[in-house]
Amino acid sequence: MRAIETEILVIGGGVTGVGVAWDAALRGFDVILVERRDLAHGTSGRFHGLLHSGGRYVVKDPVSARECIHENRILRRTHAHCIEDTGGFFVVTPEDEDSDYPDRFVQACAETGVPCQEMAVSQALRREPRLNPRISRVFRVPDASVDGFQLTHATAQAARQAGARIFTYHQVTDLLVAGGEGDVRVVGARVFDAVRAEEMEIRAAMVINAAGAWAGRIAGMVGSRVDIVPGKGVMIATAHRLVNTVINRCKWPSDGDILVPAHTVSIIGTTDVPVADPEDLRIEEWEIRKMLAEGEKLIPGFARTRILRAWAGVRPLYRESAVTDDRDISRKFTLLDHQERDGVAGFITITGGKLTTFRLMAEKTVDRAAAHLGPRRPCITAETPVPGAEHGPYWLGHRLREVEDGRLQNQLICECELVTRGMLESAARLNPTVTLDDLRRDVRLGMGPCQGGFCTYRAVGVIHELKLGHGVTPDTEGSDWRVADLQSPAGNPGRGRPPVSGPEPVSSLADHLYDPNLLLRDFLQERWKGVVPIVWGQQLKQEQLDRLIYLSIMNVDHLPDAGLKSPLSDFYGVDVTPNDVLEEPHD
Amino acid sequence: MFNADTWLPPEVSLDLCIKCNICVSYCPVAEATDLFPGPKYAGPQAQRFRMAGQPAPDLSVDYCSGCRVCNEVCPNDVNIMEMNARARAALVAEKGIPLRNRLLGRNELLGKVGSRAPRLANFALHNPVSRVAVDALFGIAKEAPLPRWSTTGTFVDWWEKHYPHRLISDKKVVYFHGCATMYYEPFIGKAAVAVLEHMGYEVIVPPQNCCGLPMLSNGEFKAAGKLYDNNLRKLGPLAAEGYDIVGTSTSCTLTLKEEAPHLLDRHSETTQALTHAVWDIFEWIRDHEDELPRDFIQMEMVIPYHPPCQYRAHRVGRPSMDVLALIPGVEVHESHARCCGIAGTYGYKKEKYDIAMKVGQELFSFILEEEEHHHTEFNACDSETCRWQIEHGTGQESRHPIEILAAAYGLYDLETRTTL
Repeated sequence: MRAIETEILVIGGGVTGVGVAWDAALRGFDVILVERRDLAHGTSGRFHGLLHSGGRYVVKDPVSARECIHENRILRRTHAHCIEDTGGFFVVTPEDEDSDYPDRFVQACAETGVPCQEMAVSQALRREPRLNPRISRVFRVPDASVDGFQLTHATAQAARQAGARIFTYHQVTDLLVAGGEGDVRVVGARVFDAVRAEEMEIRAAMVINAAGAWAGRIAGMVGSRVDIVPGKGVMIATAHRLVNTVINRCKWPSDGDILVPAHTVSIIGTTDVPVADPEDLRIEEWEIRKMLAEGEKLIPGFARTRILRAWAGVRPLYRESAVTDDRDISRKFTLLDHQERDGVAGFITITGGKLTTFRLMAEKTVDRAAAHLGPRRPCITAETPVPGAEHGPYWLGHRLREVEDGRLQNQLICECELVTRGMLESAARLNPTVTLDDLRRDVRLGMGPCQGGFCTYRAVGVIHELKLGHGVTPDTEGSDWRVADLQSPAGNPGRGRPPVSGPEPVSSLADHLYDPNLLLRDFLQERWKGVVPIVWGQQLKQEQLDRLIYLSIMNVDHLPDAGLKSPLSDFYGVDVTPNDVLEEPHD
Repeated sequence: MFNADTWLPPEVSLDLCIKCNICVSYCPVAEATDLFPGPKYAGPQAQRFRMAGQPAPDLSVDYCSGCRVCNEVCPNDVNIMEMNARARAALVAEKGIPLRNRLLGRNELLGKVGSRAPRLANFALHNPVSRVAVDALFGIAKEAPLPRWSTTGTFVDWWEKHYPHRLISDKKVVYFHGCATMYYEPFIGKAAVAVLEHMGYEVIVPPQNCCGLPMLSNGEFKAAGKLYDNNLRKLGPLAAEGYDIVGTSTSCTLTLKEEAPHLLDRHSETTQALTHAVWDIFEWIRDHEDELPRDFIQMEMVIPYHPPCQYRAHRVGRPSMDVLALIPGVEVHESHARCCGIAGTYGYKKEKYDIAMKVGQELFSFILEEEEHHHTEFNACDSETCRWQIEHGTGQESRHPIEILAAAYGLYDLETRTTL
């Protein structure tokens, strides 16, 4: 078995884990991060995309609010290109008029330092014409929209540049333990490399458990009890942007009270349901109905608007004692030093918190690790822009502008999200690719209205050419992911017709898993999973067309090698057991 | 017709798109040039990347000719052309409008100025030297089929002379002549008046101005709005009184009916009354078929006929064909071509002239084949700029169907374009 060594092993390739790896590497630690799937496959890629100003927490959780506004200001500098400065409104809808919450909100904003300015309703409506005209008050806060995939990838890239090694599709199967009764020490982990289908050992002086909603399982491997209550939240995305500003209800935080403009769509979220298993991402019918009904309060007509997709993410809520409502569990993060807590040395768990505060969580975590491993350089993440930040803030039209300027229209693979052939090739070449879904997170493949209807078969063809080695030069600077550039049609110019024989096959494409039919089936299934809960109206019409393309013309139900499976095939399966939770459960 | 319950703003109708590509495969402009990436790309796809208050991300939408073929074939009722027109307006608002497009949008002003001394104006514009100069200075293609000012006075000059002799009747109808009839082709208006009076109607020609379409299609929404509102003031009361308003320019009538109110977000009651009052003249004649005299003379002619894009956008079938079919001996052959290419002022623009000619090719070929097989003398088309383009592309003279109808009553000479 292959064995490698490092100082710090980070478990979990969500934003928290990559944040820890980035911080630790910048301080001079030798770092390895393992993620069992793709970066941001879990909760970091399954949220509504809100970069909190802190406004949501000012009344209920002032500590979180302060953390949010502090981090919000930092990330706008360090991760500029991942953030769109949409601003945010807190609006008082007719349902919330009789409450004293708005006044408490203003007061609490002042106390926590979250900038908040009341504005005339008419002015807000001019800016957001689809907003409910019956709202009575509007407060403006510095909320923003953030791309969780890019934030995670850009941070991982920064970590790599600082020397960290990042292994995706490496699943921890066990923690390595030394010592015995009273002197237990975690000294590394046994890891399964799904791409090469081999086991390896990673030995480390410190193991940091940043597995999010899965952190309890990791801790359980050494008998430490970490109670994570996976809080499932369902979100739905509209087929185009309804608003260009983040819209929050000005009330005690609850379900479906945030509407976020994210790239080309608007996302409303979320519900909050405790689930036993963080992989239980099933979406209940009542959750969809609730999101539509709540959306209607913010944007009249919302419930009749075309919905693109629904998905669920699980919050890694840490429970110290029994609490009845999930949302009453603090959104503050929790740092557990298992040496102090359980007598297990060399092992730290970082959990809870929010995407907005990931950098702060990482800083505190690495501070603690440094206390054990000996101090190195101080933390500099707050002053260190990640690669890509030099591109400046995200703006909605940038892809279209670049396609236009470069006349790349005939290079479009995904027409809805303007993904060019060059972007797709770069992503496949530079990032480990097991499924097309990995490329979706890199470049937004298949995320538009047709949900992969027209790009899936094209993308499979492009990938197949890469795999055969036709026509693309392997990247000589393979160590640099160039994540930010992947977003850019102009940064990845097309190469025209591929030559008949070309250079070496691209090695980032998983070898033993590779099969074009499997790529096709997996991605169709993955896209279908998110469409099933909302498949009515125009999206149903869309799926009918997609069905004709794939099931009638291509007969993908009966492609050869139907028995092949990728590590994610089962995950993409749609649960078809009859659903008995038709109404929102009350307890 | 506007229906508040079902009408979606163009920007919202993008949600109806299921990416089927039917519009792309029919778009005559995308077929003719790579400079226009096609209606799906420019319309519902690009729209998701446009945002008020941000720089317009796409310039290629300016290559949309606005012909509406996409809207016509879309199985999901996406308002693609309107989306593109609004995107162009946003471009104009941001980057300003070229002097050339400003000129082309002001055809009424040009008409008025030229009509002061039409012979001089025709000479000044239509000699090869000045066409080269206009091409170089303003970017108006030197070959493009610009019209000639009427040298026998404007339509209203004639109307004022005709007014004392007009037919007085209890049955009344309002006539919207539009700029082309006013300044370039008054004979179209004369033919229309002749037919309407022959049907027993008293014709009312109220004060009116340009419908605003040339400005709308060049992205000058604010100025177009002024024109529309002026017309609303002048025609609205007539519409409210229950008069039908008929026009011989299908693009003017379409603009008054729905294009202007849709693009400019005018949905008041007066607007809707006007919308309901306006008819294309053949749509109206077909609707009043029982009042149409049958004292036709035998014509014995084959007429290749092109239903203009703007007429097809009325979604009323082929009223001109239906009516011309009543004339004994007249055989109308429909073109089935998508577009003549000119699309209002599109084909006049230097950088778009070749595209427009390429687009028109399928129609030109049809007309020429008809000429060869049936020895046709004239072709017919309801829209003035299309007729000029067809004549330019084929060398065969083109007539408005109302001229043919007037001729069938012996009221009009098709050769000399004069009322008898």
